[in-house]
Amino acid sequence: MDILLQQIINGLTTGSVYAVVALGYTMVYGVIQLINFAHGEVVMIGAMVAFSVITALAGSNLPPLVIVLAGVMAAVPACMLMGFLLERVAYRPLRHAPRLAPLITAIGMSIILQHLALLVWGRNPLAFPQIIDNRVFGIGGAAISSVQIAIILMSLAMMAGLSWFVYRTRFGIAIRATAENVHVAGLMGVNADRVIAATFIIGAGLGAVAGVMYGSYYGIAHYTMGFNLGLKAFSAAVLGGIGNIAGAMLGGILLGLVEALGTGYVGELTDLCTWPMAHGWLGERCADGGHFVLFGSNYQDVFAFLTLILVLVFRPSGLLGERVSERA
Amino acid sequence: MKTTRSGVSEKANACESRRYAVAKSHRERVGLVLVAVALMALPFVLASAGTAWVRITNFAVLFVLLSLGLNIVVGFAGLLDLGYIAFYAVGAYVYALLASPHFGLHLPFWIILPIGAAVACLAGIVLGAPTLRLRGDYLAIVTLGFGEIVRIFMNNLSSPVNLTNGPKGINRIDPFQIGPLKFSASDTFGSLIFSGPIKYYYFLLLVLLAVIVINRRLQDSRIGRAWVAIREDEIAAKAGGINTRNIKLLAFAMGASFGGIAGGMFAAIQGFVSPESFILNESIMVLAMVVLGGMGNIWGVIAGAALLSFVPELLRYTVEPAQRALFGKLLVDPEVLRMLVFGLALVLTMRFRPAGLWPETRHRRELNEGRV
Repeated sequence: MDILLQQIINGLTTGSVYAVVALGYTMVYGVIQLINFAHGEVVMIGAMVAFSVITALAGSNLPPLVIVLAGVMAAVPACMLMGFLLERVAYRPLRHAPRLAPLITAIGMSIILQHLALLVWGRNPLAFPQIIDNRVFGIGGAAISSVQIAIILMSLAMMAGLSWFVYRTRFGIAIRATAENVHVAGLMGVNADRVIAATFIIGAGLGAVAGVMYGSYYGIAHYTMGFNLGLKAFSAAVLGGIGNIAGAMLGGILLGLVEALGTGYVGELTDLCTWPMAHGWLGERCADGGHFVLFGSNYQDVFAFLTLILVLVFRPSGLLGERVSERA
Repeated sequence: MKTTRSGVSEKANACESRRYAVAKSHRERVGLVLVAVALMALPFVLASAGTAWVRITNFAVLFVLLSLGLNIVVGFAGLLDLGYIAFYAVGAYVYALLASPHFGLHLPFWIILPIGAAVACLAGIVLGAPTLRLRGDYLAIVTLGFGEIVRIFMNNLSSPVNLTNGPKGINRIDPFQIGPLKFSASDTFGSLIFSGPIKYYYFLLLVLLAVIVINRRLQDSRIGRAWVAIREDEIAAKAGGINTRNIKLLAFAMGASFGGIAGGMFAAIQGFVSPESFILNESIMVLAMVVLGGMGNIWGVIAGAALLSFVPELLRYTVEPAQRALFGKLLVDPEVLRMLVFGLALVLTMRFRPAGLWPETRHRRELNEGRV
């Protein structure tokens, strides 16, 4: 089996999910310069709602595709409503407050949503019912499952759709104008409140689909899944240049690849037995093909954070972003 | 214009408050004595309700210490740190490794606590140095990532060399001991029973006093004023001749050291540490305490920390039996309720009292200016 190709396929799968979630962060940040901390939780609730619907329908005789679609159809409006309420109730009253205030509110909302989900769905993860016939295809020595193909295609379709919306429609122009300068956009007849609400709603809708994809890829949905997923997606948005829609897509895919390749190879790379100079004083441990692995694949989550920190330190504007001023 | 105006009124304020302070000093001194007596007697009152309450109080004091440490970073210097619990973790693990059977080391606590503070301080500088250029909200995310990385390492550094014992954590940590006085056992003086938690309580009180004094002195010192200047306007502070890089690093380092000391005491009191005690939620709890009390105001932060430490415990003792009585089973886990309280505290404070329940005067003015 070709490990490199396999890790690239896995990286593309998770990366495209990160990219879709990252769009939610980046659109909101672009318009009101707020890190919507609760976005990850919205994604999680999307997955939970969809899983509940899918589990409820799993016993019926409907075709699997219809069941999954029903789950998504339930999750998307639920999340859109939540995104709308979040903006209306939590963030809008703070729009003119100092920068730290909405950020702290966002952290609070994230905690609240997470624990409300815990109250509703309980501590145990929800399992994805075995309704899809997950076929595995071999390409060039690696395997790709039909779920992976579906995730990648779905994400590409959503990204293309969003790009069309933002770059080709009237409302998209309004969003970009607001992102550039709220006051001037207002003078040009753009209703900033509506644009801001719309970015929250669109981001939440995309996030709901991403949550379902992520959950079905790993087979479970859990009330804590939004935190890590959200953080990674945020890292992806920063990597691509926060506020930049194409950047979020690029950053998501790249981060997925970095994570998959890093997790796949870190054990091999930090096995001191393969380092010539360490061989001497590790003689016994390395005899008979022994290993002395410093960092194994259990450090998976570190890669996203490290990427984030490195990007912020060396290129805070990200890959595609323009230079942001350093005002606090 | 703005600075001149607030500068003048500040001077006037200071004059007025000084006159006021002289007139009030007698009453204040009496008040302080009363508070001190109450705090000294508190553990015996609580012990009559059960030793558990003394333990709860001890953890509350630990959280007060943590909040005061975080207050230096967030309140004084205005740097939002979401990974603060990492320094607490560093202090706790330093204590656990140097005073437990894990490595067979049993150093006395008065050696370990300074080592823990020093290591945490170093960690603070390591985190601070590369992140100084970042804007407020980016800094928050990076510190959050840092906190998670520290936790992941503690979870996984059990192989190839067993440093932290992984998710199982380290147990049988030595309690404090001063000569023959063991903090793990009870001593009786006359009719007073000094149980272990009560001894820890007095020790914590002593540390708390020291930390408060240091904080008070810092706040009005050159460094403290430099922090506030950076918080209000970094570019102006730089123009005013403040070495912003060093002063910000100092805030990180000092905050981290306080966290490290608190962590060491946590390890000793608990007798057990594991990565699970240092998750992000804990950082957010400490942040909620600082924010609710009033960023930058020492007394506000202490009150906020005490409030948010005791309210969940009170809920635990009231809501749980109430639910069982009403519904016959537990509907809402008190742990969940606790986190909901913290989340709500953050959201509601920002919405209705953005400067906290007991705001610092300067901060309040600044937050009001921000409103359009």
